Amino acid sequence: MARRYDSRTTIFSPEGKLYQVEYAMEAISHAGTVLGLLAKDGVVLAAEKKVTGKLLDLSATKEGGYGGSGEKIFLLSSNVIGGLAGLTADANSLVNFARTAAQRHLLAYDEDIPVELLAQRLCDMKQGYTQFGGLRPFGVSLLYAGYDPHYQFQLYRSDPSGNYSGWKATCIGANNGTAQSLLKQEYKDDIEVKDAIGLALRTMSKTMDSTTLGSEKCRRSAVEFAVLTLDPVTGKPKAKIYRPAEIDLLLEKEGLAKKDEDTEMKAA
Amino acid sequence: METSFAITGKGYVIVAADTTASRSIIKMKTDEDKVKTLSPHLLMAYSGEPGDTVHFAEYVERNIRLYQIRNLYPLRPSAAAAWIRRALATSLRSRSPYSVNLLVGGYDTASHDPHLYWIDFLGTMTEVPFAAHGYGAYFALSLLDRYHDPEASLEDGLIALKRCIRQVEERLVVTPGKYKVKVVSKDGIQEIDL
Repeated sequence: MARRYDSRTTIFSPEGKLYQVEYAMEAISHAGTVLGLLAKDGVVLAAEKKVTGKLLDLSATKEGGYGGSGEKIFLLSSNVIGGLAGLTADANSLVNFARTAAQRHLLAYDEDIPVELLAQRLCDMKQGYTQFGGLRPFGVSLLYAGYDPHYQFQLYRSDPSGNYSGWKATCIGANNGTAQSLLKQEYKDDIEVKDAIGLALRTMSKTMDSTTLGSEKCRRSAVEFAVLTLDPVTGKPKAKIYRPAEIDLLLEKEGLAKKDEDTEMKAA
Repeated sequence: METSFAITGKGYVIVAADTTASRSIIKMKTDEDKVKTLSPHLLMAYSGEPGDTVHFAEYVERNIRLYQIRNLYPLRPSAAAAWIRRALATSLRSRSPYSVNLLVGGYDTASHDPHLYWIDFLGTMTEVPFAAHGYGAYFALSLLDRYHDPEASLEDGLIALKRCIRQVEERLVVTPGKYKVKVVSKDGIQEIDL
């Protein structure tokens, strides 16, 4: 009878746990890492893309798709970038929901949706799947990097149970514990975007699995990267999701490109 | 004849409306408050078809309150005005449209500046430094064009408002007697006795 409290999401175990929700979180802790950093003048997101193999045809996504660079980082609204860790199919459906919610707010109120409100909209839905029978919870955690006039730059994290919380720097997915303790050491409250980019990439390179790092061809493009800042001219939030070529340039600038990175990894 | 004014200044919006309730050629009442407080930093002056006006204003008031209870932050003036405009535009294409004209003034606590929106029963909306509805508009707009100063203190703003009221009293055939004047600023809403 081991499965007595596993098979339905709506049933508590005698210890007061919802196993399906915990399994969903477990699934996420095996997914590619996504980390977010809140800076004084922007927010930074970095994500690790698990490379499936060199036979996978990536020619169509080479330049990054509209509003996203592939599988982990998406533009949810003109003022919010989302970083997703977990089941890709579930993530796509959540991205679609988030974009619809953001546009609905824009239509009704003629303003970009406040970041926390968007996080709340998604969490309301995620919570529903932990309560109503016969449904599986979303196997996705999200980072929301956004800007709104109420609280300026913000970073939120949500999990399959429908909880969300605000962070200065955080991480979801594989090795998130390592990444978070690294961030805790290195993060400074008055960090600027240009330094946050470096910190994000350095933390990323230290937490990524060495097997992924070793895979020659795909290694560099295995990182996804995005920054949200304010446009100096218009004063409006400007989301930039980096293309693979731009990420290579960035890694080189930060001294994390192929060779340096390997020596650093050995030294570490 | 119904008249309402609104003037922005340095960190505030003055919203004023006459206090007469009339039916045909009869004055039914002279102490009607036609400036509704929608939220701690939002005012709305309404005029138009009697009945429609109060009904629509209460509908708006309660929806704005609902948003505030449900969500984390109250609607900003720009967002509230956009919502109100949409409500009017939707109503215009229904079987019984509201014929209500509005001036929505508020202080944005997120960006720390005052905003004023002129909205008519057709669902037209525009953000303006000063505005007026009704017959008084014919006198007030040219006056304010000359005397409005976006950097004016509250005292100077009230002087500009008094100029408008005086001209209406002097020139309009059927003038409303009294006005309700309210001001919204960062400290919230206060009523002013002219």
